[in-house]
Amino acid sequence: MDILFLWETFLSLITALPLTLQLAASAIVLGAFLALGLALCRLSGILPLDWFARAYIFAFRGTPLLVQIFLIYYGLSQFRGLRQTILWSVLREPYWCAVIALMLNTAAYSSEIIRGGLLSVPFGQVEAARACGMSRFMTFRRITLPLAIRQALPGYSNEMISMVKATSLASIITIMEVTGVAARIISETYRAIEVFIVAGAIYLAINFILTQLVAFAEYRLSPHLRQPAALPTTSTGAA
Amino acid sequence: MAQPTIWELIGTGPNGWGIALAIAAVMTILIALSGFVIGAVIGVFGAWAKVAGGPVTRSIAGFYTTVLRGIPDLLVIYLFYFGGSAVVTAIGKLFGAQGFIGFPGFLAGALAVGITSGAQQTEVFRGAFKAVPSGELEAATACGMSRWLRFRRILAPLTLRHAIPGMGNVWQVTLKESALVSVTGVVELLRQSQIGAGSTGLPFDFYIISAAIYLAISTVSGGLLQFSEKRFTRGVRRG
Repeated sequence: MDILFLWETFLSLITALPLTLQLAASAIVLGAFLALGLALCRLSGILPLDWFARAYIFAFRGTPLLVQIFLIYYGLSQFRGLRQTILWSVLREPYWCAVIALMLNTAAYSSEIIRGGLLSVPFGQVEAARACGMSRFMTFRRITLPLAIRQALPGYSNEMISMVKATSLASIITIMEVTGVAARIISETYRAIEVFIVAGAIYLAINFILTQLVAFAEYRLSPHLRQPAALPTTSTGAA
Repeated sequence: MAQPTIWELIGTGPNGWGIALAIAAVMTILIALSGFVIGAVIGVFGAWAKVAGGPVTRSIAGFYTTVLRGIPDLLVIYLFYFGGSAVVTAIGKLFGAQGFIGFPGFLAGALAVGITSGAQQTEVFRGAFKAVPSGELEAATACGMSRWLRFRRILAPLTLRHAIPGMGNVWQVTLKESALVSVTGVVELLRQSQIGAGSTGLPFDFYIISAAIYLAISTVSGGLLQFSEKRFTRGVRRG
């Protein structure tokens, strides 16, 4: 194994790391809002909203992400009318197409995770909040949502990891993130195994750090499950 | 020339791509199926290694599942496609062949999809095995069954019963992953849509058609899986 080549590959791949992180972060954050909206649609009890969310989730979970990316990046250019609008300045950019596709895709998966979390909130908690005189919105903000987030976090971390992995598909529509650069180096040098090791290690490192962060957030959000800190001894010389 | 409508495109007329798309859909199913079967074989051995192996086999299996679930599938496909070509070319040189020998895209794709789905199925089978009550195995031993007979009559069917829902999930993921194999040039559904989009200038129509076909495949196979789950849990009393 050629250490120098590995090191050079690492140096070129690491320059593409910010783009990968940026893609993943914007897709996850924007997707989370959309997912919350979809989950609320499903739980709203209003039939048209419920059916819209169901159809959306069915369509986006049943088709490959790559098809969705192509549909947005290549497909929308078919509509000549769209090219005249202001939207075109966004949809013309491969970067924004990738972000939009990843966001729409992750929203479908995470809305079901969030819905599970919202459903898991014990009704007694909501009842108690109402008894305290909280309004519907305040109950949601203070009681339901925090409890739901805590419950949904483990499942949501899986979705975040698969989003980090999914950013690699952006390389197919010419975005030079880590996988894009890796593919370029492979086609220049034909040393697939070395490049694979370096790129794989970068993705593993991202996902490892991500799981640690989520574990930390979970720890912070569930103080009730922890042993209480040992009470400080009042005075050392008491005995 | 008037542009063909979407219905003409999926037909078999002069402007129709129906037959090409149908063949491509069969190709997609073939890739996904072979990947799934390879994954199932790996999964059985991986689970065996994790459950019954010594410290060395256990850590090898652990390393395999961690790595393959933490890096993008696209990278694995690149590894097999380009790496496979490099290996085949090197072997060819040994036997006196000249120049570059390409690795068949179908084989590279099926292997790559198989190895990623193998990592997921390892975990599925391991969980399913753990769900088998040890009393069942003890009873089989008490009846005087040999190791192999016990495996064939008791352990395998019971593990499969618990594994079917998880395997269904892996199948859906594998089916969608097969779209990535289009980067190797294998004419499966997505690649055929790209070809069609390129030659007609109607990308949206083609990608929406392929999305609909993927949706149909995943819905039908999901229904079949549910049916087989019902068959395999005939003996379980609910409620």
